[in-house]
Amino acid sequence: MTETTPSPTIAPLAPPGPLREFWQYFSKNKGAVLGMAVIVCLVLIALCAPWLAPHDPHEQFRHALLLPPFWSDGGSERFLLGTDDVGRDILSRLIFGARVSLLVGCIVVTLSLAVGVVLGLTAGFFRGFVENLIMRLMDVMLALPSLLLAIAIVAILGPSLSNAMIAIAVVVLPHYVRLTRAAVITETSKDYVIASQVAGAGLLRQMFVNVLPNCMAPLIVQATLGFSSAILDAAALGFLGLGAQPPTPEWGTMLADARQFIQRAWWVVTFPGLAILITVLAFNLMGDGLRDALDPRLKR
Amino acid sequence: MSKPFKALFLGLCAALAASPAFADKTLVFCSEGSPEGFNPQFYTAGTTFDATSRNVFDGLVKFDRGTTTITPGLAESWDISEDGTVYTFKLRKGVKFHTTKDFTPSRDFNADDVLFSFNRQWKKDHPYHKVSGGTYEYFNSMSMQDLLKSIDKVDDYTVRFVLNRPEAPFIANLGMDFAVIFSAEYADQMMKAGTPEQFDLKPVGTGPFQLVNYQKDAVIRYKANPDYWRGKAAIDNLVFAITPDASVRYAKLKAGECHVMPYPNPADLEAMRKDPDITLLEKEGLNVGYLAFNTEKKPFDDKRVRQALNLAINKAAIIDAVFQGAGKVAKNPIPPTIWSYNDDVKDYPYDPEKAKQLLAEAGYPNGFETDLWAMPVQRPYNPNARRMAEIIQADWDKVGVKAKIVSFEWGEYLKRSKDGEHQTVLLGWTGDNGDPDNFLAVLLGCDAVGSANRARWCYKPFEDLIQEAKRVSDVNERTRLYKEAQVIFKEEAPWVTIAHSVVFQPVRKEVVDFRIDPFGGNVFYGVDLQ
Amino acid sequence: MIAFILRRLGLLLPTFIGVTLIAFALIHLIPGDPIELMAGERGIDAARHAQLRAELGLDHPLWQQYFGYIFDILRGDLGHSFVTREPVLKEFLTLFPATIELSFCAMLFAVAIGLPVGIIAAVNRDSIFDHTVMGVSLIGYSMPIFWWALLLILLFSVNLGWTPVSGRISVMFWVEPVTGFMLIDTLLAGDTEAFVSALQHLILPAIVLGTIPLAVIARMTRSAMMEVIREDYIRVARAKGLSPLRVITVHALRNALIPVITVIGLQVGVLLAGAILTETIFAWPGVGKWLVDSIQRRDYPSVQGGILLIASIVMLVNLLVDLLYGLINPRIRYSR
Repeated sequence: MTETTPSPTIAPLAPPGPLREFWQYFSKNKGAVLGMAVIVCLVLIALCAPWLAPHDPHEQFRHALLLPPFWSDGGSERFLLGTDDVGRDILSRLIFGARVSLLVGCIVVTLSLAVGVVLGLTAGFFRGFVENLIMRLMDVMLALPSLLLAIAIVAILGPSLSNAMIAIAVVVLPHYVRLTRAAVITETSKDYVIASQVAGAGLLRQMFVNVLPNCMAPLIVQATLGFSSAILDAAALGFLGLGAQPPTPEWGTMLADARQFIQRAWWVVTFPGLAILITVLAFNLMGDGLRDALDPRLKR
Repeated sequence: MSKPFKALFLGLCAALAASPAFADKTLVFCSEGSPEGFNPQFYTAGTTFDATSRNVFDGLVKFDRGTTTITPGLAESWDISEDGTVYTFKLRKGVKFHTTKDFTPSRDFNADDVLFSFNRQWKKDHPYHKVSGGTYEYFNSMSMQDLLKSIDKVDDYTVRFVLNRPEAPFIANLGMDFAVIFSAEYADQMMKAGTPEQFDLKPVGTGPFQLVNYQKDAVIRYKANPDYWRGKAAIDNLVFAITPDASVRYAKLKAGECHVMPYPNPADLEAMRKDPDITLLEKEGLNVGYLAFNTEKKPFDDKRVRQALNLAINKAAIIDAVFQGAGKVAKNPIPPTIWSYNDDVKDYPYDPEKAKQLLAEAGYPNGFETDLWAMPVQRPYNPNARRMAEIIQADWDKVGVKAKIVSFEWGEYLKRSKDGEHQTVLLGWTGDNGDPDNFLAVLLGCDAVGSANRARWCYKPFEDLIQEAKRVSDVNERTRLYKEAQVIFKEEAPWVTIAHSVVFQPVRKEVVDFRIDPFGGNVFYGVDLQ
Repeated sequence: MIAFILRRLGLLLPTFIGVTLIAFALIHLIPGDPIELMAGERGIDAARHAQLRAELGLDHPLWQQYFGYIFDILRGDLGHSFVTREPVLKEFLTLFPATIELSFCAMLFAVAIGLPVGIIAAVNRDSIFDHTVMGVSLIGYSMPIFWWALLLILLFSVNLGWTPVSGRISVMFWVEPVTGFMLIDTLLAGDTEAFVSALQHLILPAIVLGTIPLAVIARMTRSAMMEVIREDYIRVARAKGLSPLRVITVHALRNALIPVITVIGLQVGVLLAGAILTETIFAWPGVGKWLVDSIQRRDYPSVQGGILLIASIVMLVNLLVDLLYGLINPRIRYSR
C-alpha cells in the first residue's frame, strides 16, 4: 500500500533529474517492473548457480533415469523437477542454463550493438556511396529469413554455442544499423550539431560524443528487446542441433534432446521451454516499459 | 428362426465376413525420409533403396529375405568357370515388366534388359550413360569398372559375364541394389519420345510392387504387381508415409496410422516392448563401429601400444551409455551375421593394469598424448561418437594416455581421415553385400590404404589370406581363410573393434511375417496383414 | 504512381544482385565437399572425384561459376539439384504451395483473431479485456514456437487424439495435385473426406506458425486504433452523431490499418523463418524444411536457388506492401 503514495515531496520546485523522471514513468508500468524483477532474479540465479543448484548439472545418476518431478508419483525430493534420460537433475540444468542464456543475450546484444552503431553512424555521417553500400547490404540481409541466414552462417562456422552467437549477432545487425542511421540523420540536422561543427569539433568527436548519446534511447529499447530475440534464436538453433552442443545445459539444446521423450516424460519437454518463455517474456515486458518511458512521444 | 430367414442371415454373415478378404489390403510404412530419386543405380542410401530396388525391381540374384544368403532371382541358375573369371547366367522365362500409364511392355524380360542395365553404368558411350547426370557411385565403388572385361548375350536367355581377374564376391555384388534389372524396351521408347529422363523418374521394373505416384516429401504409393513372377504380393497397396521424426513415427504407429516403422528412438524401446499392439523385432545389424589407430604414426606402429589401448577400453560401458542396449560388443571386424565369423577369437578384456604394463614395455611408462577423432554425425554403427569419445578419453586417461577429442564437419572428417591426418579415429562400416571380403579387404587391405583403410595397416600375412580368399570360389575354403585372417587381425590390433549395432523395428500386431533385413532394408514382398 | 513503382523497382535491383552474391558466397563458404558427402565412409578415388567435380561444374574458378550462375538465372535456369538431379525450380514449385498454404492459413488465423481483438481492446482501453489481450499477446510474442508446437502435439494429438500428429493429409487419400494447395485440390476433386483430413492436418501447424503474428497484429492494431481515436476527425464524426460502430469500422479502422498492413507485410519474412521450424516439427513438405536439408547435404544449386527465390518473394511482398500503403494513403506517394 505504501507504494501507491509517491514521494515527490523532496524537491517540488526543481525539475526531476533525468534518471528520476525515467523511473517515475517506468515504475508506473507494473508489467515492466515485474519483468525487471524477474530479470534480476535470473541474474542472481545465474551468478549463484553453483551454490543454488542441488546437483552438478553434468552428473549422471544412473539409478534415477527419467524420474518425474517430486509431486508426481514416483518422484523424489532429491530431484525437484525430475531427471532426464541419463539421470541428470533437470532443476540444476535449468539453473546453469540461465547462465548460458543470459550470456548469449549479453554477447549477442553487445556484439550487434557495437557493430551496428559503428555501421549506422558511418552510414549516417558519410552520405552517398558508403551509406548506399551499407544500407543495401542491410536490405539484402533483411530479405533473407533470419533463421535461414543464421543456419547458413552456423553451417559455415560449424555448430557451437559461440558460433551460434556470432550468427545471431550478424542476423540482427540490420535493425541496429537502420535505427542508428535514422537517429543520426535526425540529429545531424539539429542546431547543436551544426553549432559544434562550426566550433570545429572533429568528426569522431561529432559522431561519438555529440550525436551518439542523443540517439541512445531507441537503441536501449532495441537492445533490451534484442536480448529476448537473441535468447529465442539461440534456443531455436540449439533445438535444430546447431547451437550449444550437448552436454551444455542450454535450454534449447535440452529441448532438442528431450523431444524424443515427449510421449513418456512430459517434464523434460515442459520445463526447459517454460524457462525460455519466462525469460523472454521478462525481457519483453521490460523492453516495453523502457520504450514507454524513453519515447518522448508517449510522454506528455 | 424360419428357414429362409436363417439362410438370409447366414448369407449376410458370410458376405460380411468375406468382404474384408476382398477389400484392398493397404500396408503403410512410415519411412524415415524421401528417396533421393527412383533409379537405385545413382544412389547409395538405404532410404532410396527401400523405395526402389528392394520393392520395385529384381536383380539376377537376390538375398533370401532376412538373410545374407544368395538365391536365384531373375537368373534361374549360373555356372562359374574353373579359373573363376567367366560367369554364365541362365535367365528366367516368362517374367513380365510393370505395365504403367506410360508404358506397356510388348515382350518378356530377356538378355537385352540385362545388357542394358549394366552397360548403362559401365560404358561411357552408352546412350543412357549421361542421362539424368548419371553418376553410378555404387557401381564404381564396387570396382565393377575394373572388374568387368565383357558382358555378352549368348542367346535371349543366356548372358555371360567375363571378368579381368577371379573375384569370389562378384556374385554377391550382383545381389546389390545397383545391379537391378531395368527394361531396355522402356528405355528405347523414352529415348525415342525425347524424354529419356522420365525413365529414371517413373521406374518400371519386374518387382513385386509398382509405383503409382509420389508426392515429394510426403507420400509414395505402390500397388502390387499382378503378374509378379513369384506370385502377386499378399498386400494390394503399399504406402510410404514419409515421417522424418522418430517420435512422430512412433506416435503414428501407436495411432494405427502406419504398420511398420524403421529407426525407433532408443528411448521408446521399453514402451514398445510393453505395448500389446506392437511387436518389437530386433536383429544384429550388418555393421561394425571401430576405432582405428594410424599405424603409420608413432607410437601406434608398435603392436604393444595398440594392444594396450585395446585393453584399456571398457567396451561394456560404451554399449550401455552410447547404444543404450541397442548394440553388442564387437570382437571381430565382421559382424556375426556374416558367414566365416570366427567365434573362437578371444577379445581383449578390460584390464588397465595389463595395459599399463604393455605400455611400459613399449617404452611409454607414463603414457603419451594423442588425438582422438570423433564423428560429428549419427551413424547406424555409432549413434553418438562424441559421447563414445568422451568415455574412451576417460578410460585411456587411467593408463596415462591423454587424448584430445577432435571433430570436423562430416565431409571434411572423411577426407582428412582418408588422408591419414589422424592418430586415432572413430569410424565404422555398413556392409554392402554380406561378403566378408566387403569388410576385410575394403577396410583392412593394402590397396585400401589411402581410402577406406583408416588404420593405414598393410600387413603381409593378413593381406595374403584375403587375396587368396578372393581367388577361390569354394565357400568352405574361403571361410577357413577368413577365419584365420580374423585371428591375425586380433593379434595385430590395428583397430579397437567396438560394437555392432542392433537394429530394432517395431511393427503392428496385424503385420504378418515382416523380417528385418540384415542390410537395413525394408522388403515388403512376403508380408501380409491380418 | 508509376514513377513511384519504377523507383521502388529500381531499388530492388541492387538488392537482388546482392542476394545472388550472398547466396553464392554463403554456400561456397560452407566447409564440406558435396562429393565426399555423397561417397560417405566408402570414399572415392581422386580421379573419380575430379571427374565428378567437372560434371557438377565445380572445377571452374569461383568468379566463373558465379557469372555462369547469373547467366543461367537470366535464362530462368536455377540449375539441377545435386541429389535428386531434378531442376531446382521444379522442386521449389512442387513444395512451395505447401508453404504458402500453411503460411496463408497461419496469417488468416492471426488476422482473423488479431484485428478484432486489437480493436476491441483499443476501444475499451484499460478494461480487463484490454489487459488480458495485452498480457496474452506478449506471452504469444515471447513464445519459443518449437516448444509451443511440441506442447500442442502433446495435448491435442497424443493425449486427446483430436488432431493428427504430422503430415499434410492422411495417407489414405490421394488427390491429384492441380494447384498444389491441398485444400483447393481436395475440393476440386470433390472429395469432402479428404478435405476434412487436409483441414485437420493444417490446424495445429497453422496455429503454431500464426501465434507470433497474431500477437504482433493484436498489439499493433490496438496501438494504431488508440492513436486514431484521439484524432480530431473522429471526434467530429462522433459529434455529427454517427453510430459508434460506424465511426470505428469506417473512419477509424481505415486509417489505423496503415501501420497494421506494414506489420502484416513484415510478418511474411517472420512466417517464412518460422516455417523452417514448424515444417521440421510437423513433417510438412514445404520449402523451409527442404532448404535446411539441402544445406545439410551441401546441395549447392538447391540452396542457392531456394535462398534466391525466398528472398525475391520477401522483397516482392515488401514492395506490394509499399504500394498498398500508397493506395490507402495517398499522402505517402507525394511525401517520398
